[in-house]
Amino acid sequence: MAHTPAARTARPVRSTRRARRARPVRLTRRARQRLAANLALLAVAAAFVVPLLWLVFASLDADADLRVSPPASPTLDNFSAVLTDEITFTPMRNSLLICGSATLMTMVCAALAAYPLSRYRSRFSRPYLLTILFTTCLPITAIMVPVYGLFVQINLIDTLSGTAFFLATSQLPFAVWLMKNFMDGVPVVLEEAAWTDGASWFQSLTRVIVPLMGPGLTVVTIYSFIMMWGNFFVPFMLLLSPEQLPASVSIFTFFGNYGSVAFGELAAFSLLYSTPVLVLYILISRRIGGGFTLSGGVKG
Amino acid sequence: MSVAKVPAAGGRRYWRWLPIAPATALLLLFLGGPIAYCVWIALTDMQLTGQESASFVGLDNFRRAFQDDAFINAVVLTLVFTLLSSIIGQNTLGLALAALMQRAGKTVRTVTGVVVICAWVLPEIVAGFLLYTFFHRQGTLNAVLDWLHLPSQNWLFTLPILAVSFANIWRGTAFSMLVYSAALSEIPTEVTESAQVDGANARQRLWFITLPMIRRSIGTNLMLNTLQTLSVFGLIWAMTRGGPGNRSQTLPVFMYDQAFDKALIGYGTAVALLLLLVGALFSVIYLRLMREEV
Repeated sequence: MAHTPAARTARPVRSTRRARRARPVRLTRRARQRLAANLALLAVAAAFVVPLLWLVFASLDADADLRVSPPASPTLDNFSAVLTDEITFTPMRNSLLICGSATLMTMVCAALAAYPLSRYRSRFSRPYLLTILFTTCLPITAIMVPVYGLFVQINLIDTLSGTAFFLATSQLPFAVWLMKNFMDGVPVVLEEAAWTDGASWFQSLTRVIVPLMGPGLTVVTIYSFIMMWGNFFVPFMLLLSPEQLPASVSIFTFFGNYGSVAFGELAAFSLLYSTPVLVLYILISRRIGGGFTLSGGVKG
Repeated sequence: MSVAKVPAAGGRRYWRWLPIAPATALLLLFLGGPIAYCVWIALTDMQLTGQESASFVGLDNFRRAFQDDAFINAVVLTLVFTLLSSIIGQNTLGLALAALMQRAGKTVRTVTGVVVICAWVLPEIVAGFLLYTFFHRQGTLNAVLDWLHLPSQNWLFTLPILAVSFANIWRGTAFSMLVYSAALSEIPTEVTESAQVDGANARQRLWFITLPMIRRSIGTNLMLNTLQTLSVFGLIWAMTRGGPGNRSQTLPVFMYDQAFDKALIGYGTAVALLLLLVGALFSVIYLRLMREEV
């Protein structure tokens, strides 16, 4: 719109008409395109935001129902109602125990496995990596029935440790794959410096490589944790007793009997349960932007 | 330098591969084990009630599956669900969002990005619950339709598979959007600009320049989306539990229903094995796409 006057003044000058006109016309088209793109994006965003709005509004509304409506008198009653041992703290503690220990297990195993895969040449490493990449794609959902059967046989069913072991394994192929790629990015020169100073492979791994992989390692760790925190099917299948259920499954106790759901409390609990992953995602989304270069490590 | 790298021959050459052992042990025990067990149970008539009675029945479970109307129903619904929500929905909407974001203003781009990614980062079960309220008979969608004087529907009852497909689009589009944003930003601007100078219109530029240049990303994204969609369970379970009847019962829900509600572990596992085979097939295609990177 702002360019129309310019286009008008350009018109009378006949000799250079083409050259002068081309520019303002293209700019208006670009502005029009931008406006159309903005409107289309805002329409999509509006459609996507509605369920999220419900979550926020209902959690602050003492008598929330199924529709999105701003609470008449915002209150934190829903939060104080769910912040009890039985409803929130025990499931969240279970989630933290399962996902925390599983993430730790995944990261340690992946870092150890990535080291020889990245540093040594062998006929064996390419097939191994291909198998790893293959398993990252397998639908874990499909093997949960046999996993249940297996866990019954080896007495791991309904144990937090068994669930943590399985979650760790399900995330392991992806972690190994990423970790190997990050490790490839750490120059061997730095490690050789450590070797000449008499460091063993383990020392060079923990003192040189892991610190240099810091940003990448953080991203993989947080990503694994987010995946496990949100996982519903695995704990749903492998844990039975109510006091062991993590938040992803215990949420169904609100949801189970359709008739008398306290929607406000459910929304408040959902928000509490989602907050850790939202915060963690914000942390890594900044890291992804800035921290992936290792060039600072080698000055030559 | 490489003197330090290869210290000794003989035994040490094998010992240095030891760090790979813990990961391999976990993978064999908790991933390889169940897959082998899966193949074995799928060939028996095992039921939840007692292991003593389980006997080898060969391919009976599979023969039975292909004659079972409920199984065929689940296969068809899975195909519809995958086609609608992953291949058409997430993929196309993700590409459209990424393309629009290149042209839009910074604020709008950020706002849209945050909202769409937020839907993706939320835990699966929370997403399922939010969309349950959205599509419910007394939910927000019908409120909007009423306001527009359009006929409202009991979505979760009349068109449950459509509702769960839209739910999966809501939840999964962010991934495609991120993949395509990265891919589009790698197309050099000179290429599109020179096409523009040569007189190619927007549709021609999309078809002959942009799409061919990001075809690897399209392949990867389609593959990962499809694999992810094939194994969606929590979202459907939270919204419809596969119902009403079995009208939103995709293969994972069918598998669960047969194995636990109907106590037919053998049969449920045979279905699981079929799902696993489809997944494996897609994985192989994915591997071929990724070949250069190993």
